[in-house]
Amino acid sequence: MERAIKEEKRVFMTGNEVVAWGALAAEADIMYGYPITPQNEIMHYWTRLAPKHGKKFLQTEDELSAGFTTIGGVLAGRRAFTATAGPGNVLLQEPVTMAEMMRLPMVVCIQQRGGPSTATVIYSQQEVNLTTYGGNGESLRIVYSTANHQELYDYTIKSFNVAWRYRFPTFILGDGYQAKMREPLVMYNPREKGVEMVPPESFVGNKGSFGIDREPVHLRNAFSMEEELYEVVMEHIDDYNRITPQIVEYVSLGCEDADLVIVSHGIVSRAAVAAQEMLRREGYRIGYFRPITLRPFPVKALRKVCKSTPRFLVVESAYGQLARLVKDALFGLEAKMDEIFMPGLGITSEKIVGHVKKKSELKV
Amino acid sequence: MSVSGTSMPKSWNLKTKPHKFCPGCGHGLVLKVLGQAIDELEIQEKTVFGCDIGCSLLAWDFFNVDSVQTHHGRTTPVITGIVRANPSLIGIAYMGDGGGYAIGSQHLVNAANRNDKIFVLLVNNTNYGMTGGQMAPTTLPGQVTETSPYGRDIEETGAPTLGPEMVAAITSETAYVARGTVSNMRQMKSFIKKALKNVVNGSGFSFVEVLATCPTNWRTNARDTWKFLEKDMAKYFKVGELKTLPTKRED
Repeated sequence: MERAIKEEKRVFMTGNEVVAWGALAAEADIMYGYPITPQNEIMHYWTRLAPKHGKKFLQTEDELSAGFTTIGGVLAGRRAFTATAGPGNVLLQEPVTMAEMMRLPMVVCIQQRGGPSTATVIYSQQEVNLTTYGGNGESLRIVYSTANHQELYDYTIKSFNVAWRYRFPTFILGDGYQAKMREPLVMYNPREKGVEMVPPESFVGNKGSFGIDREPVHLRNAFSMEEELYEVVMEHIDDYNRITPQIVEYVSLGCEDADLVIVSHGIVSRAAVAAQEMLRREGYRIGYFRPITLRPFPVKALRKVCKSTPRFLVVESAYGQLARLVKDALFGLEAKMDEIFMPGLGITSEKIVGHVKKKSELKV
Repeated sequence: MSVSGTSMPKSWNLKTKPHKFCPGCGHGLVLKVLGQAIDELEIQEKTVFGCDIGCSLLAWDFFNVDSVQTHHGRTTPVITGIVRANPSLIGIAYMGDGGGYAIGSQHLVNAANRNDKIFVLLVNNTNYGMTGGQMAPTTLPGQVTETSPYGRDIEETGAPTLGPEMVAAITSETAYVARGTVSNMRQMKSFIKKALKNVVNGSGFSFVEVLATCPTNWRTNARDTWKFLEKDMAKYFKVGELKTLPTKRED
């Protein structure tokens, strides 16, 4: 069988292609998927690559099935994943709650599109609410919001390892721009880079004989007693809280002496960083903060920023979905919040620079 | 041991017996036959049993086989996913008529059409038992349920779903499809064994619907329960094999 990626190489490809290669590099065994734009090419590339590397694919009847078959793959002890967007993400929330309840490491790539409803097929950041808190229950999951193709590759690999280490459903949250545009990145074999590849384990169908070297397992997500459920959920919450410091990731630039901190996530961060650099060059004291994990959210880090700079500009291609996470993180602190909310639209650095310059209180 | 000296299948989990189904419920009979079939085919240790939500949920710890309780309607894709990822396992998806023909019908249709190598065992008792006796896709014309209190009007709600007929129509030649009844255990057992063998051989999708009793929600005594099963249900739902395997010498 052809080894997926032997040595480091610089490539120029679309984000969806990167996710397929990332999954291959992550030693994913099987993908289950249903067509929806803008994630289709993840399946297209995976179905081309998979047979050459002994991997499998199943095209399902919908995203409910894609999610539940992915759960089946995980139960069978395989690194299984799916990818979807928009209304497909809505359907996917049901299987994700089962994975949360039963601590099944399913991996999902979301390429956000416009909403609500069918809306637009290319770009948006409107699936933050859904991806971070979309399930019934407590929505204990891990969500990485990527900003470029290198990150798509890195975090696809990381998602499988984090999911199998901590046993929470894990998302790579991209968007249609990342999915469809081409960009250079370096692909590598994670093992050769010293990345620890967490081995998958079977939940069912293990080898051995009952009563000798194993017992049958009985897995469930339904409980008869409230107290029984409470105990299980609290154990998961305790686990989640305990691992949060090891999982949270963020980028913080120039926040120490800033008068204003721009907050954004995902691809909008690129405009935000460019805007911050432009404004700094002109003498504005602007900082920049980007949560990479939207769930768990880097609460501590953002609160620390707020202690020195209690003034934020949240920029997102949605109407306050990131801002809600930011406000929640800052609860109880004095902070001023400004916003650029453009649901379903791309945001340029010029737009941000112009917005900041209009604030007369931010003197050079 | 509280239960011994009986003819309980070896693959049953005795710790969870007596089981939790209502008195007179058909599930226990179906699960007894399934247990016997698992024993006789000697597949206990490579079987994965998935159960749905609804009364079938109560089977989550019924067997000494690896078991997973899923969501309502979603047992078919979970078992499909398991067997696709590890084809050496024998996947059984156990569900009721609501799970298979209403909320999970798209999964049933597509798994059948894809000829997934799994065994779907569906218990048809003409109503949603666990939620308190609502109308199901299989509720008979004129039958009174909580959501058809004046009797099922088929002009408004459609005619009872003929599941095996539908599955037989869309499956390939290597599929096995039958309808059994808890009133004929010997026949039901032969259907379930053939269905399992078809999966063990890796030849194709297997589907068995079993007509079963629900005296709790039918609000029937023993005599009327049996009458409803053998007369009313059997009149509408024809018991027998709809798609059989090419006969082999050892059969």
